[in-house]
Amino acid sequence: MSSRSRSGRQYWVALRAMAVFTLVLGVGYTAVVTGIGQLALPAQADGQPVSDADGRVVGSALIGQSFTDADGNALPQWFQSRPSAAGSGYDGTASSGSNLGPENADLITAIGDRRAAVAKLEGVSESEVPADAVTASASGLDPQISPEYARLQVARVAEARDLPEAKVAALVESFVEGRDLGILGDPTVNVLELNLALSSMAG
Amino acid sequence: MDSSLLAILQVGALALVLVVIHRPLGDYMAHIYSSTKDLRVERGFYRLIGVDARAEQSWMAYLRSVLAFSLIGVLLVYAIQRAQAVLPYSLGLPAIPEGLSFNTAVSFVTNTNWQSYSPEATMGYTVQLAGLAVQNFVSAAVGIAVAIALVRGLARTRQGTLGNFWVDLTRGILRLLLPLAVLVAIVLVAGGVIQNFAGFTDVTTLSGGAQSIPGGPVASQEAIKMLGTNGGGFFNANSSHPFENPTGFTNLVQIVLMLAIPFSLPRTFGAMVGDKRQGYAILAAMATIFVVSLTALTLFELGGAGTAPQLAGAAMEGKETRFGIATSTLFGSASTLTSTGAVNSMHDSFTSLGGMMPMINMMLGEVAPGGVGSGLYGMLILAVIAVFIAGLLVGRTPEYLGKKLGPREIKLASLYILVTPTLVLAGTALSFAIPAVRADVEGTSILNPGLHGLSEVLYAFTSAANNNGSAFAGLTANTPWFNTALGAAMLFGRFIPIVLVLALAGSLAAQPKIPSTAGTLPTHRPQFVGLLVGVTIIVSALTYFPVLALAPLAEGL
Repeated sequence: MSSRSRSGRQYWVALRAMAVFTLVLGVGYTAVVTGIGQLALPAQADGQPVSDADGRVVGSALIGQSFTDADGNALPQWFQSRPSAAGSGYDGTASSGSNLGPENADLITAIGDRRAAVAKLEGVSESEVPADAVTASASGLDPQISPEYARLQVARVAEARDLPEAKVAALVESFVEGRDLGILGDPTVNVLELNLALSSMAG
Repeated sequence: MDSSLLAILQVGALALVLVVIHRPLGDYMAHIYSSTKDLRVERGFYRLIGVDARAEQSWMAYLRSVLAFSLIGVLLVYAIQRAQAVLPYSLGLPAIPEGLSFNTAVSFVTNTNWQSYSPEATMGYTVQLAGLAVQNFVSAAVGIAVAIALVRGLARTRQGTLGNFWVDLTRGILRLLLPLAVLVAIVLVAGGVIQNFAGFTDVTTLSGGAQSIPGGPVASQEAIKMLGTNGGGFFNANSSHPFENPTGFTNLVQIVLMLAIPFSLPRTFGAMVGDKRQGYAILAAMATIFVVSLTALTLFELGGAGTAPQLAGAAMEGKETRFGIATSTLFGSASTLTSTGAVNSMHDSFTSLGGMMPMINMMLGEVAPGGVGSGLYGMLILAVIAVFIAGLLVGRTPEYLGKKLGPREIKLASLYILVTPTLVLAGTALSFAIPAVRADVEGTSILNPGLHGLSEVLYAFTSAANNNGSAFAGLTANTPWFNTALGAAMLFGRFIPIVLVLALAGSLAAQPKIPSTAGTLPTHRPQFVGLLVGVTIIVSALTYFPVLALAPLAEGL
């Protein structure tokens, strides 16, 4: 057998193997995992949708949202999420970080502006503003903020909603999630879930 | 608790998991690739594709099979992307353009998973499943097969053959990757990773805005993406996207998945050459580099040097709240010390010296522990070089595991370590040396001006040539230059080393085993581990120091 026909045969073998693998791994594997996921763990498989008091789905517990007006100004009655680089902010079709480098002039300006804006909104000094409040996350869809940033917003939210500050502060503390297994990642507060609880408290 | 202690505790937890699994997994892999029995389903498969499972292949035949299978893979993934407009479950997305289809086909077949595109706006479910997920499995199995062929080359004596590629490929998929992927995918769904075919769902948000929430069969993709050290995200934000990686727990699972096979393969190697200590020496060298590199990256990021991180109060730009800094750096180190290239934080926004660490990790050749298969064969090549250098120092003929390392073997190993640096440096240099390309690179592609822009280009070629796939993602890479040049770098960076490894395996397998004498350098002792680590670092440092000094070092110091 010549070497050319030998390698020709290899391609025929490769083509058939790839066809079978495409069926087994592309179709079969995905179907099995989807079937098990949808049957045994439907809430997780569908992305943990959350509903308001009227039963209307308002988003996913895992996907962050903006709580701003059309011009991007913070709505004072809501806890605010982090800055987002996904589209024009928390765009679920365009997950992304800013990818701006540590010496990038635009990033430096943006951080300065955000720090001043947050300090003004919360009525605190700029040195009290935590890092997550002035930086965009990796996904642009970060559903969470640090407990420090949540606590910083308590007074302003309580005032806007005419609620006792202590009550709002207690609500925030009840939404602080610790590290997984005590050591993985950082403690967080889920902004959408906190705001949902807040809205039913006010209502 | 303070952040350094937490960082140490989570690395401890990770190490514990890996210590527990490396033995059964390593021994199981040795069994898979040594067994003479075929499963019934495998026999049916061999009949279907027309392969005699008992036929042994020479290194040339083994290589021809690898190349034929990979070429068919590139053509198929290319064709599926070009046909997207008429495929089902395409979410209404159009056919993918030629240049991008080429780049993506090469990227997934070479186990790189570089993504010049934003997946949620480009790839429908059929392309992701029938094209990309399939390559996630098979490219990983090809990598392991080549590593096993090299191990057989070291283990066998006076034989002309290295096994059968089709058998190694099939067993790697059916007995190893597929069952583990199914198991892990379900664990990930339980942890919150989505798995549906819902497309985009429009909702009115709590404050009355509009949001479009994506769906997709993500967990199935995620499991093999990490297990096969592939790294191509279902979404643009990759493992930082809350639907790909929702919690600290899923994050740990993903890190374990990246490292499980690469850190277990040295055990497989030791078992197959009949001396487990040899495997542990390789493992020790890998682990040493891993710990040193991870420590450096974590310290740089916790330190938070640079104007923007200082102003913000911490290096949190491009990091998720739930991961924080230390869990982001652990993921980033694991991803670039293997060939995964997944990210749970944006490396482009790391501190200057922090951002240099992923580059260095890749420049080391991704051997600590490296990609599935490619990490082991990369480290064994470096072991050959280390033995050779030790031989020169003491004036004896170098030998490794009873195999004489003559001129042919050393030439092959030397060529191997020249391939990726040549691709990286030539690709980066050409991006700025060709006037028309330079104008396009600076005008269109680079996001961050100045030194950081050079880092973006250097990172891209380092990632492509080493088949990693992570990026300084500010770079707009969906341009004719980058799609072509990075595509070429991925192809050559994958297959030239494979040619050299299989050639080396063939020449080693043909040799007799020479008995060890008092003058033989022991390759299982700490002394050799130190030598191997030193060689790994020195070879890369000498090659890349000048270009690192021009970009991240100049920015960070």
